[in-house]
Amino acid sequence: MMKSYEELREVIDKKNRGLRDKVMSLEDAIGLIQDGDHVASGGCHYSKTAMAAVWEMIRQKKRDITYSRSIASTEGDLLLVAGVVKRVVSSWFSPGVTWGVSRVMRHYTQNKIAEFEEWSHMSLGLRYRAGAMGIPFIPARAMMGSDLFPRLSDIKEMECPFTGEKLALIPALNPDVAIIHAQRCDAYGNVQLDGLPFMDKDIALAANKVIVTTERIVSNDQIRRAPDRTAIGFFCVDAVVEVPYGCLPHECYGQYEPAFKHMDYYVKLMMGRGPDGVKEYLDEYVYAPANWNEYIEKIGFKNILDATIEGRGIYND
Amino acid sequence: MTKLDYNTAELVAIMSARFLEDGKIVFGGAGMPLISCILAQKLHAPTLTILFEGGVIGPDIQIGKLPPSTNEQRAARRANMLLSITDILLLQQRGYVDYGFLGGAQIDQYGNLNSSFIGDPDNPKVRLPGTGGANDIASLASKILVAMHHEKKRFVEKVDFITTPGYLQGGTSRKDAGLLAGGIYKVITHLGIFGFEKESKRMCLETLHPGATIEEVEERTGFEMIIPDKIEYTKAPTEKELTILRELDPDKRYTTPKAE
Repeated sequence: MMKSYEELREVIDKKNRGLRDKVMSLEDAIGLIQDGDHVASGGCHYSKTAMAAVWEMIRQKKRDITYSRSIASTEGDLLLVAGVVKRVVSSWFSPGVTWGVSRVMRHYTQNKIAEFEEWSHMSLGLRYRAGAMGIPFIPARAMMGSDLFPRLSDIKEMECPFTGEKLALIPALNPDVAIIHAQRCDAYGNVQLDGLPFMDKDIALAANKVIVTTERIVSNDQIRRAPDRTAIGFFCVDAVVEVPYGCLPHECYGQYEPAFKHMDYYVKLMMGRGPDGVKEYLDEYVYAPANWNEYIEKIGFKNILDATIEGRGIYND
Repeated sequence: MTKLDYNTAELVAIMSARFLEDGKIVFGGAGMPLISCILAQKLHAPTLTILFEGGVIGPDIQIGKLPPSTNEQRAARRANMLLSITDILLLQQRGYVDYGFLGGAQIDQYGNLNSSFIGDPDNPKVRLPGTGGANDIASLASKILVAMHHEKKRFVEKVDFITTPGYLQGGTSRKDAGLLAGGIYKVITHLGIFGFEKESKRMCLETLHPGATIEEVEERTGFEMIIPDKIEYTKAPTEKELTILRELDPDKRYTTPKAE
């Protein structure tokens, strides 16, 4: 269901867009998410997942969330099993090619406990982009002729008024909340991203609220020294939270690769025992730790060190 | 010369690499497609450029550290350019991408691929991970290569679900649906190379791999494969091709045949 243009403008109009300090705790930031919201995560697959935000959403027992992401990985399993998410909107959903098809995704969708709404990768990207541009759709030359098209309620086809060609109309997506993880960000919400940009910029502009978790909070002076590197502007950001290793066990470009041993451990548990295995994982890794740092400790120093050495290695020639 | 020993996955990787011409741009998937792309670069196509769906143009992949996904930093190493996922997929719509390289759980006689549902989509036996960029690639890249193990359960009369469009219902149906560019170019299996008949767009045998037989192709295909009157054979893998392939994947992580 698409919000009217007037409604979308009103949300932006009400936002305090001043250059002001938005640093807060993870708990307070995730407190901005309401039950029933559409939450979109930046990154893709097991890269730059806003894992700390997902982890805190589970701890705060959010309900009836629609979760969208270019490709969903293990965080999608966690959100389903914790009862946070009822609908996943994505192009692909499983831990990773080498780890097989998620048993949790299969269990929840095949038993109709949750929905997985499938869009092609480009069309999901165009949905966020149309949302970011403040227009209701973008025409595209994909999706047509496939069986994906008729399963989706809000995609349409039209004859181009200029050329007469058939085009798919990809509808805008304006998430209620975007959760984005960054390498660095200042207190005002000027986000600088390294490496693969994924769909982060479009998601942030499309969303009504933007929560940024960041490896480091840097000074505004540092941002101003390289303003061309700022991918998401302070004006659309609502919360800034410093969360070192905020994507673990997934990766953050230039900082750390995935904690592969932990991923293997998780996937074995998930593929072996399905939702019950994931419940056990949630108890141990999400509910039991007092805070994010305790969770990181549980992943283990050796795992994190290995991931960090490999992650920083991208800058070696 | 002694007969070279190779497995069926190695055979498919080598045969696929031969179709990638120098000076072109290929959308490479993780795993075997990536190996084929790098193999082509080392053999006959030094200026072939690899794109990855994660947003990577022209990376320099470290041998022994092949990325298990195309959306992660290992895939981005020493790239010429990094783009957002939306923008890299849009390069295909503009016409910059020559080859797409796909697999799938099922393929049918018109080259349609399924990676969404096994069984009735409303009550599926198996919910698969989904399209990712495959639908976009097959809709927009100029020539699609499909590499698959040749099995009856995969080569079906009609796919359970068209995730990724081939020639749809054959004839002009692909263009009629609005897909003006591209189409499935070759299907490469461990038994042979397959193309599509010009008018009907039905799958047809082009060349058999050495040692493969028509009977085996027919036995492992769930639809009527068009077989030419005069059978031609594919040139066997060379020692050079095999040697380089094995340097790229020394543990055979991506070139071990899957159990049927």
